[in-house]
Amino acid sequence: MVFEKKTIDTAAQKMLKKVEKDGVKTVWDRLQDQEPQCGFGALGVCCRNCLQGPCRINPFGEPKQGVCGADADTIVARNLLRSVTGGAATHADHAYEAVEALFKVWEENSSYMVKDEAKLKAVAAKIGVDIDTEDMALLAREVAEKAFETFTNHTSETMGWLAAWAPKERIDTWGKLGVLPRNADREIREALHQTTMGVDADPTNLLLATVKQSLVDGFAGLKLATDMQDIIFGTPKPVQSEMNLGVLKEDHVNVIVHGHVPLLSEKIVEWCRKMEEEAKAAGAQGINVAGICCTGNETLMRQGVPPATNFLGQELALATGAVDLIVVDAQCIMPSIANVAGCYHGEVITTMPISKIPGATHVPFTLDDADARAKEIVLKAVESFKKRGSKNVFIPEEKVPIIAGFSVETIVGALSKVNAEDPLKPLVDSIKSGAILGAVGTVGCNNVKVPQDYIHVEMVKKLIANNVLVVATGCSAHALGKAGLLHPDATINLAGEGLKQVLTAVGEAAGLGGPLPPVLHMGSCVDNSRIGDLLTALADYLGVAIKDLPVAASAPEPQHEKALSIGTWAVSMGVLTHLGLPPHILGSEAVVKTLTGDTIESLLGGKFYVEIDPEKAAEGLISHIKAKRQALGI
Amino acid sequence: MEQLLITPERCLGCHSCELACAVEHSEAKDLIGAVLKKEQPVARIFVETDGRSNLPLQCRHCEEPYCVYACMSGAMKKDEETKRVSVDQDRCVGCWMCVMACPFGAIVQDTMQRVINKCDFCPDKKEPACTAACPTGALRLMEVSDFSKEKRQKYLTVFPKNIQGEV
Repeated sequence: MVFEKKTIDTAAQKMLKKVEKDGVKTVWDRLQDQEPQCGFGALGVCCRNCLQGPCRINPFGEPKQGVCGADADTIVARNLLRSVTGGAATHADHAYEAVEALFKVWEENSSYMVKDEAKLKAVAAKIGVDIDTEDMALLAREVAEKAFETFTNHTSETMGWLAAWAPKERIDTWGKLGVLPRNADREIREALHQTTMGVDADPTNLLLATVKQSLVDGFAGLKLATDMQDIIFGTPKPVQSEMNLGVLKEDHVNVIVHGHVPLLSEKIVEWCRKMEEEAKAAGAQGINVAGICCTGNETLMRQGVPPATNFLGQELALATGAVDLIVVDAQCIMPSIANVAGCYHGEVITTMPISKIPGATHVPFTLDDADARAKEIVLKAVESFKKRGSKNVFIPEEKVPIIAGFSVETIVGALSKVNAEDPLKPLVDSIKSGAILGAVGTVGCNNVKVPQDYIHVEMVKKLIANNVLVVATGCSAHALGKAGLLHPDATINLAGEGLKQVLTAVGEAAGLGGPLPPVLHMGSCVDNSRIGDLLTALADYLGVAIKDLPVAASAPEPQHEKALSIGTWAVSMGVLTHLGLPPHILGSEAVVKTLTGDTIESLLGGKFYVEIDPEKAAEGLISHIKAKRQALGI
Repeated sequence: MEQLLITPERCLGCHSCELACAVEHSEAKDLIGAVLKKEQPVARIFVETDGRSNLPLQCRHCEEPYCVYACMSGAMKKDEETKRVSVDQDRCVGCWMCVMACPFGAIVQDTMQRVINKCDFCPDKKEPACTAACPTGALRLMEVSDFSKEKRQKYLTVFPKNIQGEV
């Protein structure tokens, strides 16, 4: 079946059949229309940074330089830095809004409050804010003010959130390379300056700036966003839910939250629950909320909201004809959803001033009127339900049980049930004994160039069978969840013997009545910071650097600029990082060699590793883990 | 018989045809493979511009092939069945007579082997790499008669208006 070449998700396959019948174009059709894609772009040797261009370098001969004299190495490195800066800007902007929300907790009639006082105090203590107070709103304001400094530091000191949380060994390493960021906004501005016409032509210098941008992302983006969100909405705890399109309910008003920032989606979930009566008055049984992309992860972890699908399935969810309203904030939202929704009855609501889509309805959502706007949007969903009818509604039956929401706090909590005094000891002992060979974090997107979820699922199955513990975030977590890997049954059926024993012992001690899943869902893409925190804690416990741990990272199906900045952050943390598809850098041998070879490994401890075949990728990661074990003498 | 036909007003000058042609004549037959193996394959199609129009040009496989007439070693041949003009590089002595004879400049020097290179219509592919790579349809593989028909149809939409304009 041709649909099997597009996705391994059987619900998505059924929906592809439906959209074909309905004559609706999707991302897979548009890829076909785009092929063959431009070879110069694919190699990264196209430059359009000035009006003397566009220029492109011929990989097989002349011209070897653009109009200004920039060669392939300069152009590729410059384009990569711009992409990674795009990713860093995305997460820093996300985090900034979360800081604003925490700052506003102090205001009268704020829509947001401090839900997790313990996390607030823990963060405050770490960044040097006096926690000797009972006034949580005031403490929140002080923490937010300190967080803002990461964007307003005008000295040459390292930005606060990095200085507070990064391991000392890393800060020394980055300091020697001159890549410590001072101020997230300043670094992003500087990178755009550095890459404009007639500034930096030195590929090495451009790659070092790329490393610096990744640290902006890692600390002013990922880490800061997670901390703020945990304080405002609560630190996630393991939660049982379901995943895939079967979570939509024919007799309910179906609302989908899609995007990334929980400031909107948390409010939508809250108001959906408050407005059940309005839905019943409209003839529905109630309001059913489901998530897509990272917003789906945020609301899953904290509210148990079931994710409907991941990135590549967003159009397919609307094509069920059962989605009455999809509300989006920012990132990974295909503009095409307005067109697909137009073929059915569902309404698309955009909410952010920087993220509007022609054909959608825009409801401006701000931190100051969050409740009123959320209510307005949910009412629109109820109105839309009345227009649904039963014609051309098809909801695939697939829904897979999952356990999600493993924050570092809850992982340590579960381990402390095994050893209360020394919680990390059982995990470290299991790694030392070889019961757990090592760990891999799988993160990131779907990419339409490979069958949806294929690399994620096949690679991870092989990893867990070889006793590698997997932690996952983002659309990778969705891919693995839909394939049943976020469930204890997968431990019983698919995990290697050693891994199975450890997960069973911890799961039973934690009172789950069975093993933990072999893949621990750690959250959204910004929650990759949780993986960073876990690695930092493990390295600290063992008295080694992160780069010495038997671990690796992987973005099996990367698509977004964010995947490049997160990937570079992982490499900068000292972790080998697998990519299932190459970035647009192959036009420069120098850049490829630097990022995948000994140079970067000797400087940072990590490097990139590109492999499209999931079996081979798993083998590559396993042999890396074994080499690290050997170096540690275990 | 299908031919490579050009609609110059559709050519945006992206050079994708040149890149695809070079890749098809590499050993890897794949862009990334050829780049990683550091191959230097040669394109047989060239996008020329005079600042106003762009024109992708390659061997026209002429019915009256001057290059074949000019070849003194018998390397250049016109296959009467397939209607393709080809070169046998083993017989080519590098005299460049064909280069001088070709009105389009479509024959190029292979500087490594000191023989000539030209469009071979991508014998291993269903469709030549250049037409398959063209994103705008400036280069198409089609029957000459269909191409003419398309032009007549296009003219038809303008002609009556012109007539009416005159009346």
